[in-house]
Amino acid sequence: MHNLLFFKATLLFYFLGTALFLLNLWDNRSERGSGEKVSWPQRFAIFATIAGFVSHTIALGIRLREDAYVPLANLQEAVSFFSWAMVAAFFWVEIRYHLYILGSFILPLAFLSLISVSALPNEVTELNSTLINAWFGIHTILSVLGIVAFTIAFVAGIIYLIQDRFLKSKQLNTLYSRLPSLDMLDQWNKQAILFGFPLLTLGIISGALWSQYTQGTLWGQNDSKQALSLGIWFFYLLVLHGRINVGWRAKKAARLAIIGFVGVIFIFVTLA
Amino acid sequence: MNIVIVGLNHRTASVEIRERLAVSDGHMGDALYRLTADPVIEEGLILSTCNRVEVCAVVKETHRGFEVIKNFFAASDDSLSLENIAPSLYIYSSSKAVEHLFRVASSLDSMIVGEPQILGQLKDAFDHAMLHKTTGIILNKAFKKAISVAKRVRTDTRIAESAVSISFAAVELAKKIFGQLTGKSVMLIGAGEMAELAARHFVGNGVEAITIANRSYERAVELAKTFNGAPLKFEDFEQEMVKSDIVLCSAGAPYFLIRRDTVEKIIQLRKNRPVFFIDISVPRNIDPEINALDNVFLYDIDDLQHSVQTNLASRKKEALKAEEIISEEIASFARWFKSLDAVPMIVALRDRAEMIRQAELEKMQNKLGDLTQTQREALDGLTASIVKKILHNPLTVLKKEVHSTNGNMILETTRKLFDLEEMLSRDKAKKKEQ
Repeated sequence: MHNLLFFKATLLFYFLGTALFLLNLWDNRSERGSGEKVSWPQRFAIFATIAGFVSHTIALGIRLREDAYVPLANLQEAVSFFSWAMVAAFFWVEIRYHLYILGSFILPLAFLSLISVSALPNEVTELNSTLINAWFGIHTILSVLGIVAFTIAFVAGIIYLIQDRFLKSKQLNTLYSRLPSLDMLDQWNKQAILFGFPLLTLGIISGALWSQYTQGTLWGQNDSKQALSLGIWFFYLLVLHGRINVGWRAKKAARLAIIGFVGVIFIFVTLA
Repeated sequence: MNIVIVGLNHRTASVEIRERLAVSDGHMGDALYRLTADPVIEEGLILSTCNRVEVCAVVKETHRGFEVIKNFFAASDDSLSLENIAPSLYIYSSSKAVEHLFRVASSLDSMIVGEPQILGQLKDAFDHAMLHKTTGIILNKAFKKAISVAKRVRTDTRIAESAVSISFAAVELAKKIFGQLTGKSVMLIGAGEMAELAARHFVGNGVEAITIANRSYERAVELAKTFNGAPLKFEDFEQEMVKSDIVLCSAGAPYFLIRRDTVEKIIQLRKNRPVFFIDISVPRNIDPEINALDNVFLYDIDDLQHSVQTNLASRKKEALKAEEIISEEIASFARWFKSLDAVPMIVALRDRAEMIRQAELEKMQNKLGDLTQTQREALDGLTASIVKKILHNPLTVLKKEVHSTNGNMILETTRKLFDLEEMLSRDKAKKKEQ
C-alpha cells in the first residue's frame, strides 16, 4: 500500500499549492512590473505543485506495477488520473505560454477532484479482467484527456466571464491586472476545444470498439452513457461549427464552454 | 485700459459653431488685422484650437471692447449672427481675464485637464500676434507670464501626468481586451489634440490601421498623414466602423453620434468580435447604454480618469494646488498691471493740474500788471499749494486703491473726471520720442 502514502502526500502538496495559488491571486505585491518578478507565494506554489505531481506520478506508477494493468478500472482511478493529467496540462501551458495564472484555477480543481476520490465509495468496482484489454485502456485515457481539454476550456470560459465583468463594471483591481486578456482567454477556449474534440471522438470510437470486443456489439443496448457521450460530442461539434462559421466567439464561446463542461462532468461522474 | 477675454469653448459652444469661428494659421494675419482695426483695441491676440476660440485683448474702454470683439466674432462667418453666438460667448475682464488665461495655459480649462498640447497652441497664437505686431507691453507680459505659470503648474503638480496617462490607460485597457494590439485597427471620430495623443500611443503599441473621420476633412487628411492612416468623410464613419476594433470618439457633438442600435448591428456584422469604444467627448457622444451589449466595452473620460487615479482625494488635491499657483501668479501680475496703469495716471493728473495752473497764472499776469518778485513767488506758492491740496486726496486714493479689487474702476473714473485721455496719449508720445 505504498501508493496510499504517496497519494496522501499528493493531497497535502496539492492542498498547499491550491492555498498558495489562491493567495497569489490577491497578492498585489508584485503588481508593479508584473510578470517579471516572482513573489514567494508564486515560487512556493510552483514548488508544491511540482512535489505533488511527482508524488502523484509515483503513486500511479506503483499502482500500475502492482496490478500490471492500466489503473483506470474504476471511477476513483479515472478521477485520480484526470487530476494528474490536469496538473500535467498546467505545466505544459505554463512552460509554453507562461500562463501562470491558470494554476490558481487548475490546482483547486485538481485538489478537489483528488479529494473527491477519497470521498467516493471505497468498494473496488473493478471490471472483470477479461474486459480489461488494450481498447479499454485507450478508451479511458483518451476520454480523460479529452475531459482535461474541456476542463481547460471551461476554466478559460470562467476566467473570461470574470474578466469581462471586471472590464464592463470598470473595476480594475489587482485580480483584473493578473488575469490575461479576453482575446487570450478566447484563444485558449478555442485551442482547448480543438484539442479535446478529436480526443473525445477517438475516445468514443475506441469505446465502441471495446464494446465490440467484449460484448460483440459496437453499440451497447440501453447504454445511456454512450448516448449521452454522443450528445456531448454533437454539442462540441456544434460549438466548433458555430465558432468557425457563425461567429460564436468571445463571451458566447465562454458560456458554451462552461455549459459543455457541466455536461461532461455529469457523464464522467455518474456513468464512468 | 483693461485686459479682456471674449471666447467660446467646448463647454459653451457646439462643435458646429466652434468650427465656423476657428481661425486657421493661414488666415491668422488677416483676422488679427481685422480685430485690431478698431482703435478701442490697443493689443489683440487670437487663440484658436479644436476646442476653443478666444480673443484676448487690451482695450481702452472695457464695454466698448467687449462689443467690438463680439462683433469681430459675428463677422468672421457669413452664416453666423451675433444672436447666434452671443449665448455661447463668455467674457472676462481684468483679473478674471488673467485668471482665465492662466487656467487655459495650464490646461485646467481643457476638455481633458492636463493635456499638454494647449500650451504649444497658446505659444503659437502668441508668436502669430507678435509677428503681426498686434501685441504690446501688456499682452506680452501677460502671455509670457501665462507660459511660465503653465510650466510651474506642470512641474509642481501632477495634473499633466493624468492626460498622458489617460492615453496610456486606454492602451492598457485595449491590451486587456485584445491581447496584442498588432494588427488591430483604430478609428478616430474627431481629430482633436487628445485623439491625436491617444492615436500616437496606439501606434506606439503596434496598431497599424488608423482611419480618421472628422467634420473638417482637411484636418482628417492632415492627421492621417502623420499616422499613415486613412482619412474618412465624417458621414461615412458608421459604415467603416465595422472594421474597427477600437473606436475613439472625440467629436464634441451635442448629441449621441453612436447609438445602441448601430452598435448592435455592428457587433452582429463583426460576428461577435469585441469592440472597444472610448468616448472622450464632453458631453458624451456615445450612448452609455452600449456597454450593456455583449462584447462591447465602453469607457468614457471619467472611467479612464478613474482607472488612472482611483484616489479622488489626491486628484482634487492636485487641482487645488494648481489653482493656488494660479491665484498667486494672478496677484503678482495684477500688481504689475495696475502699477503700470497708476503711474502714468498720476503723472497725467499732476501734469493736467499744472497745465491749468500755469495757464490761469498767465492769464492773471496781464490783469495784475507788474508784480514784485516776492508777490510773484507768493502767488506761485499759493496756487501750487491749492493744486497740491486738491490733488492730495485723489492721488493718495489712486496709489492706495489701485491694488484693490475696484482699482480699475477708480482709474477709469479718474480718467473721465479729469479728462485725462489727451494727457495720457501726450505722455505716451513724449515717452516714445525719448
